[in-house]
Amino acid sequence: MSDESPKAPSLTSVSLEDPHLQPYAKHPGRAEALAAAAMVIGFLGFIGFGITYWISDQTQWQAATLGGGMLALGAGVIAWGKYLMAQGPFVEERHEFHSTEAERDAMTAAIVERGGMVVQRRKVLGGLFALGSTAMGVVIAFPLIRSLGPKPAASRQVTNTDASLFATNWKKNSQLVTAEGRIVKVADLDVGGVLTVFPKGHEGSSPDQTILIRLAQIGPNDPPFQLESPGRTDWGVQGYVAYSKMCTHLGCPVGLYQKLTQQLVCPCHQSIFNVASGCVPEFGPAPRPLPQLPLKVDAFGNLQSQSGYHQAIGPGFWERP
Amino acid sequence: MIDSSLRWVDDRLGIAKGGRTFLDKIFPDHWSFMLGEIALYSFVVLLGTGVFLSLYYIPSAHEIVYHGGYLPLQGQKVSEAYATSVGLSFDVKSGLLMRQAHHWSADIFLGSIAVHMARVFFTGAFRKPREFNWIVGVTMLLLGIVNGFLGYSLPDDLVSGTGIRIAYSIIESVPLVGSYLGFFLFGGNYPGNGIIIPRFYLLHVLIVPALIVGLLAAHLGLLVKQKHTQFKGRGKTEHNVVGSPMFPTFMAKTTGFLFMTTAVTFILAGFAQINPIWQFGQYEPFQISYAVQPDWYMGWLDGTLRIMPSWEFVGWGHTIPLEVLLPAVIFPGIIFNIFFAWPFIESRHTRDLAYHNLLDRPRDRPKRTGAGAMMLMLMFMIFAASSTDVMANFFQIRLNSVLWFFRIAVPLIPVITYFVTVKICEEMGGAEGIGKRKRPNVVHRSASGEFSTVPAEARPGDGHEELEAVPVPTFIDMVPADLATGPGIRRVMR
Repeated sequence: MSDESPKAPSLTSVSLEDPHLQPYAKHPGRAEALAAAAMVIGFLGFIGFGITYWISDQTQWQAATLGGGMLALGAGVIAWGKYLMAQGPFVEERHEFHSTEAERDAMTAAIVERGGMVVQRRKVLGGLFALGSTAMGVVIAFPLIRSLGPKPAASRQVTNTDASLFATNWKKNSQLVTAEGRIVKVADLDVGGVLTVFPKGHEGSSPDQTILIRLAQIGPNDPPFQLESPGRTDWGVQGYVAYSKMCTHLGCPVGLYQKLTQQLVCPCHQSIFNVASGCVPEFGPAPRPLPQLPLKVDAFGNLQSQSGYHQAIGPGFWERP
Repeated sequence: MIDSSLRWVDDRLGIAKGGRTFLDKIFPDHWSFMLGEIALYSFVVLLGTGVFLSLYYIPSAHEIVYHGGYLPLQGQKVSEAYATSVGLSFDVKSGLLMRQAHHWSADIFLGSIAVHMARVFFTGAFRKPREFNWIVGVTMLLLGIVNGFLGYSLPDDLVSGTGIRIAYSIIESVPLVGSYLGFFLFGGNYPGNGIIIPRFYLLHVLIVPALIVGLLAAHLGLLVKQKHTQFKGRGKTEHNVVGSPMFPTFMAKTTGFLFMTTAVTFILAGFAQINPIWQFGQYEPFQISYAVQPDWYMGWLDGTLRIMPSWEFVGWGHTIPLEVLLPAVIFPGIIFNIFFAWPFIESRHTRDLAYHNLLDRPRDRPKRTGAGAMMLMLMFMIFAASSTDVMANFFQIRLNSVLWFFRIAVPLIPVITYFVTVKICEEMGGAEGIGKRKRPNVVHRSASGEFSTVPAEARPGDGHEELEAVPVPTFIDMVPADLATGPGIRRVMR
């Protein structure tokens, strides 16, 4: 902490009446009265906090008394320091803290020459020590990093969603259920209605979250519901379509549906997906359409999936083809 | 008493010499030098309130049935982390005050660091010999942002959970290793096996704060060793420091300031609600709220993500999500590298290798000031861009228009700012006595109709600092001068 200086400390002495020791305030008496008043308010504030704490649990009163007390006491101490202590100005010399050339040379020599001597005399030992410590440094990183969690599954065939970024629990004939596990029927939604659904048995699962939207009121006996998207015209059923609810930008749930424009909006970064044209991103940073889940209706009017998702859901990553 | 105990300690530790030098240490007076003190004291508040919170908070994703004081949540299944965070707000006496004080002081901590850093930058206080301290400071800013995010994530509420989800996706976007990093950190695919909350907790309450404490000690140690910079002024040179001594003046002021900083934090904590997690609800990965912004120091990262076009690279069987990688990994990386490297960038440009203990006025260094203003404007613009949806709603403009405004304005306006700032600085550099206190001229009209101008009389403060600065006196003669045996001679009573 100290600045080492070669010379002895300068021990000066001044009279109490030295102008440097006089308070900064023009009217020290007034300043003292103000500081004192502030400190008394501070003291009362703390007493007030003590009482408030015992008789109630009112956050505002606690903050007013405690904060007010600290504010007043702090103001008092600052006034004391600023207006009533020696006004100065005082000066302190800066000492150069760099060493002399000789000292620098000595340190360089200690490292280079002494170290060089050690290495040159016992080259093998130096090499072995470097080898050993490097090996230790590498292997100690194994448990530090590798033990943290599993590797993402390399095979696309892995169906465990905890182990693979490609997997979801949607399979052929998965039953659509709500987050509470209630079976979703064709009659459940009106046109413009949306519902977050999961495959039965995986309610609330993050990768399986799917948004079910009813675009049109089409009964079982009407002509079949045809989507415009090429290659998946029959992925909707009776006016229903389903898409992964996980945004392709950063994985937020795409939770806002604009009924009039048939758009899904991600509340995180405002990517907008056009539901009628296969959830193609129309706006914002999302790079890819939301993956679509092919739907069908079973004999009891329950909604089911024709198959699982045909591609990885959610945001992009290196292994995604 | 003090004399004898000091002797006892000095016999063993030899503290008297260094201790006196420390008590005599001079701190220059300027309001902008207290910005760093705000950061220091809000860190003290963070530690104090943080210890309080850690006595009640349980970092566990384990699901329990809520039976606390918040009635709408009664009987619902929530994580222990969320239940104890809500419990801190409803069931622990003074808990809400402490929780909100902790959150507010985190925002104040990072805000004061940013302003302090701007002060150091614009006045050139980072120049030789203080490059180390600049790097230490920038590292603390980085750690502060990281720890703010970690702490924000701990209550396991809907908003913070969404933030963790976004963080996971950003990690995932890193080429080659992204999915591995995500799996390692979270213990599997998102949301992982519940390990992330205890891991974030450990980082938040132990590892990052310990690093900050270490760096803080280095920051202050270097300040003491290298002494504070000062502005140019009467009697102030490159080789001295003029101001108030550590003891008692600076100590009184700074203690008062500690109280004031704490006071403001607690008053905010009691009257300005922050992060009402009970309104957001427990985090579920398939639920979301709207118009949710992160804490202010994360906003600039969110803004870049919003305005980035959807440029995903797909090829050779791989995907590189540039729409995430560029704004959320590469961009902040570049920004912080510029921060770290600035002292060296500047000294290479100016070829200035001299010691600098006197501060620059920003106007005297137009290019540096311009560069700083450009960076501040860039930060402000992308921060504003993190509220595109709120702005579109508030001004009733199409979201599309707001987005396109920011896509153009974010690169453009900072560049304009640079040139305008440089111009303003150059204009100000030419003006005489700018910024000095003005003395009015009084115009008289004589009886014959002649006009004359006389400067008004000096007011108190016009000619302050008339005294020559002197070293802090070691001894003070308590006896009035006329009774003293001679100047500088001290009577020692033994």
